[in-house]
Amino acid sequence: MTLNLEPLWLTLKLASLTTFVLLVIGTPIAWWLSQTRSRMKQVVATLVALPLVLPPTVLGFYLLLLLGPAGPIGKLTEALGLGTLPFTFPGLVVGSVIYSLPFLVQPAHNAFEAIGSRPLEVAATLRASPLDRFFSVALPLALPGLLSGGILAFAHTVGEFGVILMIGGNIPGETKVLSIAIYDHVESLEWTQAHWLAGGMVLFAFLVVLSMNLLGQRMRQIGQD
Amino acid sequence: MIELDVAFRLDRGNFTLDVAFTAPGLGITGLFGRSGCGKTSILRCVAGLERAAGHCRLDGETWQDDAKGIFLKTHRRPIGYVFQEASLFAHLSVRDNLKYGMRRVPASEHQIAFDEVVDLLGIRQHLERAPSGLSGGERQRVSIARALLTSPRLLLMDEPLSALDHASKQDILPYLERLHDTLRIPVLYVSHAPDEVARLADRIVLMRDGQVQAIGSATEILSRLDLPLAQDTEASALIEGRVQSHDDNYDLTRVAIPGGTLTVGRLDQATESRIRLRIHARDVSIAIRKPETSSILNVLPARIVEMQEIDRSHLLVKLCTAGEPHPPLLARITRYSRDRLKLEPGQEVFAQVKAVALMD
Repeated sequence: MTLNLEPLWLTLKLASLTTFVLLVIGTPIAWWLSQTRSRMKQVVATLVALPLVLPPTVLGFYLLLLLGPAGPIGKLTEALGLGTLPFTFPGLVVGSVIYSLPFLVQPAHNAFEAIGSRPLEVAATLRASPLDRFFSVALPLALPGLLSGGILAFAHTVGEFGVILMIGGNIPGETKVLSIAIYDHVESLEWTQAHWLAGGMVLFAFLVVLSMNLLGQRMRQIGQD
Repeated sequence: MIELDVAFRLDRGNFTLDVAFTAPGLGITGLFGRSGCGKTSILRCVAGLERAAGHCRLDGETWQDDAKGIFLKTHRRPIGYVFQEASLFAHLSVRDNLKYGMRRVPASEHQIAFDEVVDLLGIRQHLERAPSGLSGGERQRVSIARALLTSPRLLLMDEPLSALDHASKQDILPYLERLHDTLRIPVLYVSHAPDEVARLADRIVLMRDGQVQAIGSATEILSRLDLPLAQDTEASALIEGRVQSHDDNYDLTRVAIPGGTLTVGRLDQATESRIRLRIHARDVSIAIRKPETSSILNVLPARIVEMQEIDRSHLLVKLCTAGEPHPPLLARITRYSRDRLKLEPGQEVFAQVKAVALMD
């Protein structure tokens, strides 16, 4: 039996890059949601949560239309000389970021809200500007929440299937990630290979949920101090 | 002379705040009143944490003036704010908590040295610890030090003792009294505890339902029978005095006050030093003739100014002592005694003082 590990590395690359992008764009969204009194808050929160309830195929379908050569974003990327995103690795990253957005934003939002207004008010009376307060008080205090959000988003991206099938297809080395590879092996009755990859996924999922629980326990202990 | 000048109007449906007052540039101004009367709102408005209509100036520098469209953000106001709960940053050590504000103030504006504040508040042994390992009183001392280290030009204290148990309160009060003597900046001190106000405040702003009910020196407000401070069981009068002599034989100290002397248990104060004494109304009784055979050492000639019943059995008597500037004394006696002694305003009597507490 030869086990092709290329899908594994591709999956890890996709999940790492997606998590990084999510931390950079999801954290400010979560911070805004925790601080704003705008009436748009619930609308934005709903949009962010939408991937939780939409079938991945629906998400993938619209992403395909938007990013494709006839879609508005596709036209933009072509005009910029980037080509179109569907059936490419960057396209997968865009899809994964949108698909996993709630898994980062919701824990981060809760973590920012749990801080309450008091530490930020204290920092203001100690001469910290709003940006300074975010980096010196809010971010360190919300770190456990951001971390658990990051782990969840990473794990969720690793397990992604529907969206990838819709916008990525099955191109070895480009879009053929673990879940697609397992599907492939099963289709061609390669049970041994499917077992190795699937078993590895079960172990990975177990470790992720365990680390989340341990992190949660530590957060509660800190909270009690 | 630094002076704080504020006027705020705030309408929040069931609560209206409408205040205007000035506070002197030195000493502690106590904002006193029941919970929900707007004391904390005033402090938050002065800090810029909340915005009410009006103005706020310190020593001619404008922090808020709606007429001119000026509103300085909180982090641009040179204040120190001590909250009800210590609110230390959980992710920083005590030392880093202390330096948080200090680092954000230009070195050229530092007025108070780190070591000086750390010693003043007795927290040197806790510097490397995490805030979670400190007791309530220790945390509050750290938060006071943290506020002082920004070298504020105005210190705002929002019931800094109310979240503490009795022992922690007793532990922290001497530090606050020390601050009172050491600091050369004005302090706005919010409290609903008459005892704290009497111990600490030089001036009192009495609040009621979002309005200023009375404002004046602590001596005056504490002894006004129509105001709630005098009707409290802790009601007391403040008297300024001068240490006259120490009696080594009986371990006593004689204090000169307007119109007489008080003999008290030995005080650790040099002769000639000026001190503030607090005399509780419940420790003062009244005699028509000068008692010659009593264990009570301190008997002062005084005149009855005013009397007010506080419940069915007791009344409060405001006396004025003989010497200039006639500082007031309060006495809590029974209605029965009043009728038996036939006491009435204007009458010359003797006040017997059973106990005296030193304030600072």
